[in-house]
Amino acid sequence: MPDQSASSKVTVGLSSCGVAAGAAHVYDEFRREFDERGLSTPLRRTGCIGMCYREPLVDVDTEGLGRVTYGGVTKEQVARIVEEHIIGGKPVEEFAVRIEGKKLPDEAYYDRQVRLVLRNAGLIDPESIDEYIEAGGYQGLTKALTEMTPEGIVETMKESGLRGRGGAGFPAGVKWDLARQQPGDVKYVIVNADEGDPGAFMDRSVLEGDPHSVLEGLTIAAYAIGAAEGYIYARAEYPLAVRRLKMAIADSQERGFLGDDILGSGFSFDVSVKEGAGAFVCGEETALIASIEGERGMPRLRPPFPAAKGLWGKPTNINNVETYANVPWIITNGAAAYAAYGTETSKGTKVFALTGKIVRGGLVEVPMGISLRDVIFEVGGGIPDGRKFKAVQLGGPSGGCVPEEHIDIKIDYESVTKTGAIMGSGGMVVMDDRTCMVDIARFFLQFTQDESCGKCTFCRIGTKRMLEILDRITSGEGREGDIERLEELGQQIVSSSLCGLGQSAPNPVLTTIRYFRDEYEAHVHEKRCPALACKPLLTYEIDPDKCIGCTLCVRACPVGAVSGERKEPHVIDTELCTKCDACRKACKFEAVIVS
Amino acid sequence: MERIAERSGVPPARIFGVASFYSQFRFEPVGLHIIRVCEGTACHVQGAVDVAEAICDELGVAEGGTTEDGKFTVEPVACLGCCSLAPVIMIDEDTFGRLTPEQARSIVRNYGTARDEGGAKA
Ligand SMILES: Cc1cc2nc3c(=O)[nH]c(=O)nc-3n(C[C@H](O)[C@H](O)[C@H](O)COP(=O)(O)O)c2cc1C
Ligand code: SF4
Ligand code: SF4
Ligand code: FES
Ligand code: FES
Repeated sequence: MPDQSASSKVTVGLSSCGVAAGAAHVYDEFRREFDERGLSTPLRRTGCIGMCYREPLVDVDTEGLGRVTYGGVTKEQVARIVEEHIIGGKPVEEFAVRIEGKKLPDEAYYDRQVRLVLRNAGLIDPESIDEYIEAGGYQGLTKALTEMTPEGIVETMKESGLRGRGGAGFPAGVKWDLARQQPGDVKYVIVNADEGDPGAFMDRSVLEGDPHSVLEGLTIAAYAIGAAEGYIYARAEYPLAVRRLKMAIADSQERGFLGDDILGSGFSFDVSVKEGAGAFVCGEETALIASIEGERGMPRLRPPFPAAKGLWGKPTNINNVETYANVPWIITNGAAAYAAYGTETSKGTKVFALTGKIVRGGLVEVPMGISLRDVIFEVGGGIPDGRKFKAVQLGGPSGGCVPEEHIDIKIDYESVTKTGAIMGSGGMVVMDDRTCMVDIARFFLQFTQDESCGKCTFCRIGTKRMLEILDRITSGEGREGDIERLEELGQQIVSSSLCGLGQSAPNPVLTTIRYFRDEYEAHVHEKRCPALACKPLLTYEIDPDKCIGCTLCVRACPVGAVSGERKEPHVIDTELCTKCDACRKACKFEAVIVS
Repeated sequence: MERIAERSGVPPARIFGVASFYSQFRFEPVGLHIIRVCEGTACHVQGAVDVAEAICDELGVAEGGTTEDGKFTVEPVACLGCCSLAPVIMIDEDTFGRLTPEQARSIVRNYGTARDEGGAKA
């Protein structure tokens, strides 16, 4: 057998989600195997490889064979991969999810993706500046500092058409220009890495998988605007991202990409990381700035916008993580190359965290202009368990649900906004016929209600009223007129709140009422949850014709609510039943009926 | 606390120090193990509420509470960042994904005794 072990390179995805799935154990197992067998095969770590639904993921790159990705790798499988692939030179096809040059079914996940922001994600070791540089990193900064003027950079950014990826979609080049043209010597740049949407992890994955790309983008922005100091405001719950950022800052300082007289250009720039206070509202730019200043993180009225009066009253440019991560690519490859992707008004690509009732969920990057349907059904592989697609939620707590009838819309800022949802920062949660839309609306409102900073009366009290109504509806106590009351309150909150939190908080409720009014009505008028999700509205019964009396359900029930003689039809005591669903799952004859 | 000291070999004073440090933050003493139950969107859609209920019911605590024997504190959190494994819980440093309520029950029942049994430690 030819010993191929020296010509292979093994890479384990060790982002938060990989670690959660047990990737660290897999990494250790490879280490152990290599040591035991005395192999010199390089063992590397990387960030999100992208196929999050297949974690833990391991890439084996072999000279002459190309790249093979193994998915759902267990400790037990490691020995065979080492034996057959790394030593024997023959990939273990039954464990593989991707084989270079072969068309495995999972290839569809990547076919429609264009990975610009995620250009290095899952390929390089995020803790190695050398690997970043080898992959083309810091070429954008070098070009910006040595060949371009600040005006030229701003012009390129405008031409690229890049719009802010934090939610609102304001053109980045225009924003930079505003800050650049402000008088004064002291200016700041800030990265908004507060990622507050409770179900999204785009920014975290970029920071964990490719921290230098954000730093490089930030430094280019600082040069264009004339800032000497920058801040990265990161969520406190992102310890790994914070650690990698700090490491990246130290390394790039050492190499002269940060600090004094960068690359001999005379331009100096320093960055520090600020850890957030853990409040959703701190993601709003004026609240974020207040928080860096050491004040309470409460939004203030705009204008003045941060570009004119931001951090410590100075002109400040604030952009999202993904916005900055695009910048080095644009500078290196040119505005036209970037603008070649996308639609008339929305250029480039967008990263989404595709989750929920989806076959292939994970971090995906698609060109703007692709249809929602293609993302969900082609990239994501559709809905699992043969269920039916119902809606997709975009934009998290500030966003809305897009129903089946609009699933063919193109993904761009305007088209998404027309549906009542928003592009948002990239949360994309797919829901099937078992998801109750009233419950989802309640879920998001609960979140924003908790997170309201309390400054505006309507945001504080109005969301509370709405939540009370939703609680009532989902527990079977909805009253006539409740749906109308929700709409009315929602409108009032939208029009009388100061910041985006309040202005958008009713969105999840209003869009679900707009598209799924019949579901709300079933809850209110008939005390029925069509998706069979709202427990107080359900009853569990056993169909005497189907039950053969096998007693499986009796054993499954944690509260002893099922009774009956062996081989006789069983009954459920609805007083005792806590609707835990255990009996239905236990029954092999589909005799337990939920209505 | 003395039992913990005995089992772990850490001096009681040190354990008391750590425990009281935490209670300053939490205003209540926390359990030996912290169970973080993800209540982010993806987990919610995949049935996190049932998982949380099963855990609380199994342990006889309310969310945010600590069991009487001081073994567990149940803490709801937003998105643990592994949405593709939803619904997810984390016990100390161990993450368990793609859970059913029944699996969640058996994980907390067996945690600390027969660790990796009975749970799809995804
Ligand atoms: C309640 C609220 C929360 C926000 N949270 C975030 C966030 O977590 N991350 C982010 O980048 N922008 C967030 N924003 C948007 C910021 O205010 C701001 O528009 C953004 O940082 C600008 O960057 P961009 O132009 O690159 O998108 C939030 C806005 C509001 C109103
Ligand atoms: S498990 Fe099904 S068939 Fe068996 S006793 Fe229960 S309801 Fe009847
Ligand atoms: S739903 Fe749960 S509590 Fe109700 S009868 Fe079935 S097993 Fe028992
Ligand atoms: S592959 Fe793990 S975070 Fe995406
Ligand atoms: S929503 Fe639970 S891990 Fe993201």
